[in-house]
Amino acid sequence: MKVTIDNITLEVEPGTTIMQAARMIGPEIAPPAMCYYEPLKGTGGKCRGCLVKVTAGSEKDPRPMPKLVPSCITAVQDGMIVENTINEQVLETRKGIVEFLLLNHPLDCPVCDQAGECHLQDFSFEHGVSSTRTVEERNTFEPVDLGPYIKLNMNRCILCYRCVYAADQLTEGRVHGVMHRGDHAEISTYIEKAIDNDFSGNVIDVCPVGALTDRTYRFKSRVWFSKPEDAHCECEKCSGKVTLWYRGEEVIRVTARKNEWGEVKDFICNTCRFERKKTSDWVIEGPTKIARHSVISANKYGANLIKPSFPIKQAALAYKPIDDNRDRSFLPAKKSLPSSEKK
Amino acid sequence: MKILTEHIEVPGIETIDVYRKHGGYQAVEKALKKMTPDEVTEEVKKSGLRGRGGAGFPVGMKWSFLAKPEGVPRYLVCNADESEPGTFKDHYLMWKSPHTLIEGMIVSSYALGANTSYIYVRGELMYVIYILEKAIQEAYDKGLLGKNILGSGYDLDLYVQSGGGAYICGEETALLESLEGKRGNPRNKPPFPAVKGLWQCPTVVNNVESISATSWIVNNGGDAYAQIGVGRSTGTKLISASGHIRKPGVYEIPLGITVEDFIYSDEWCGGIRDGHKLKAVVAGGSSVPILPAELILTTAAGEKRLMTYESLSDGGFATGTMLGSGGFIVMDETTCIVHNTLTFARFYHHESCGQCSPCREGTGWMDKVIKRIEMGQGRKEDIDLLVDVAKKIEGNTICPLGDAAAWPVAAAIRHFRDEFEWHIEHPELATQPGAVYMRPGASWSN
Repeated sequence: MKVTIDNITLEVEPGTTIMQAARMIGPEIAPPAMCYYEPLKGTGGKCRGCLVKVTAGSEKDPRPMPKLVPSCITAVQDGMIVENTINEQVLETRKGIVEFLLLNHPLDCPVCDQAGECHLQDFSFEHGVSSTRTVEERNTFEPVDLGPYIKLNMNRCILCYRCVYAADQLTEGRVHGVMHRGDHAEISTYIEKAIDNDFSGNVIDVCPVGALTDRTYRFKSRVWFSKPEDAHCECEKCSGKVTLWYRGEEVIRVTARKNEWGEVKDFICNTCRFERKKTSDWVIEGPTKIARHSVISANKYGANLIKPSFPIKQAALAYKPIDDNRDRSFLPAKKSLPSSEKK
Repeated sequence: MKILTEHIEVPGIETIDVYRKHGGYQAVEKALKKMTPDEVTEEVKKSGLRGRGGAGFPVGMKWSFLAKPEGVPRYLVCNADESEPGTFKDHYLMWKSPHTLIEGMIVSSYALGANTSYIYVRGELMYVIYILEKAIQEAYDKGLLGKNILGSGYDLDLYVQSGGGAYICGEETALLESLEGKRGNPRNKPPFPAVKGLWQCPTVVNNVESISATSWIVNNGGDAYAQIGVGRSTGTKLISASGHIRKPGVYEIPLGITVEDFIYSDEWCGGIRDGHKLKAVVAGGSSVPILPAELILTTAAGEKRLMTYESLSDGGFATGTMLGSGGFIVMDETTCIVHNTLTFARFYHHESCGQCSPCREGTGWMDKVIKRIEMGQGRKEDIDLLVDVAKKIEGNTICPLGDAAAWPVAAAIRHFRDEFEWHIEHPELATQPGAVYMRPGASWSN
């Protein structure tokens, strides 16, 4: 099947969605996905962040589709022409979606554990506007503990339903769900009940925002100060393939491995995630590949290091000692330029 | 010309004996004994009957889209989750004459080849559910439901299911989710219910009024039905008239009478209440755009507006509206449009299911902004903000609730912008109890 996305034509298998086809081309073309999560069946279509314009339905019926369609759940037709980043209407709508998602969001990134690996941050950075039009009071909820490992902060939730699908498909018996309706809908266990299951920790990984966070990692570090290493172990419950997050010599967090779309293919068990926090528990494979643009890669790898020497040199050349006729004879002898020149 | 409500005032019509005395269940006998299912579908197609739930999609065409794979059950679901503010026709019909619906259900299920059918009734109408269940039991006792109906070899089981009181469950896929026992969230389409509906089986979802009309069509033929009405709007329609009129109530009208007739004729609404005059009309339930008096009586082109699908939507949303589900809300000049819009916006804010972000956040936002304007704390930029938010919701949601929430707000601002501006510019006047903006040149009485 032939499909054209943003003037790039490619061949795909029947049944491929527009999102999957766009991801084959690359991250520049792929629409943002806040609720769609490829490894979980049934996700997608909820956040409307990935809406695209179909300017020609198919070879047989080249009429454009009247509405924008969610690319994550719309299968491609032969000869379909899709406009994503080159369509004004799509970009305008996406701005609106960011605005809607942030409308009741507390914007507490400075104290949020997810900051730096948050999809909503990326989404609003790429597609949002810098100002706000709302003066309304935001809806608020009290943060609650879902058992010893998971913290739920409903204020940050965008109701993507990923954790609901994850609990449905990975664990036996889901104990949390969505209560109430509209903008007062919330993820809840109804009566405050612990989510207690060997695979429950995966809801933390699938959460695109900081609504579900790891209590054992809470406030320990900012993600860009920690250094990820791939590792594995022999585990009877899961694949044992994880990413260890180091701060210095200490493992401060264990997560499943995420691919370039932030998706986990091999889900891990709670023992791996919460109990094995010593280097000796693991076989280290090497540093995790992190996208260059990600804040996580900042200051870690030589290739990405931006040296501040150039502006300092410029400042040094322009430096002139101020002559205000004061008596400096009591001062020790001084070098004429700042010491940065040597570096 | 009355089709559905002809015998509705007969005492005891809710019992099967009285109902049969007045010609009831003839359609079942005719259809099951003398016609094939395809012939019934063909008659409904010929009748031009359009869905009465709001969208106006031709019923016969919807039936013909039903996938019919071998060995997979098919279902007919009757959408009786009528919760649109201003619409109360299905409630009236089911309450007064439950057998009309049951007869239609049997005929329609036979045409579709469904052996199990459901009536999904709004949760608040508990007493209607009791009435329906009693009537269904009567039909079972007389051999009109169950195994081998009237010796024709056709089996049908009919169930009544109560909703939980959510407006969103009137959306057909949310209704199916709710019927399956899940949270009533609308599904992404495609696949449409005609292919994958209830329990992933082909399903047709129709409104109470559409289903009830099929028995008359079977009795009298599709052509006879098509002769009533104008153009593609055939047959009769139940209109729930409410608001500042002399005679509010449910009226069965032949499609094609003028709006002016409907409002002012003594046969129908009987005119605006004494000493007042028409200001605006919401013609098809709260979700359709509101129209000011001059545009509801005549189209922008100067023609008289008719009570038909086409005539009411003449001019698009710029100068037109929709027939919708037939909730005809009439407002006289004592109505504050801002307050009215706030009521609608608050309803959609409360009823949004919260699944997709534009509707979940947008409805709440619009509600809060309009509330601020109504309370005298509006800002100049709020009006354009409302228009923009409505535009960003419309068309970008999973189900039509987003559109339904955006349209009334956008239309109120389109036609009554001066009223919103007055609220913002003169908060001290606008927040007085009962204060209503008067357009320059308008007067209080006739």
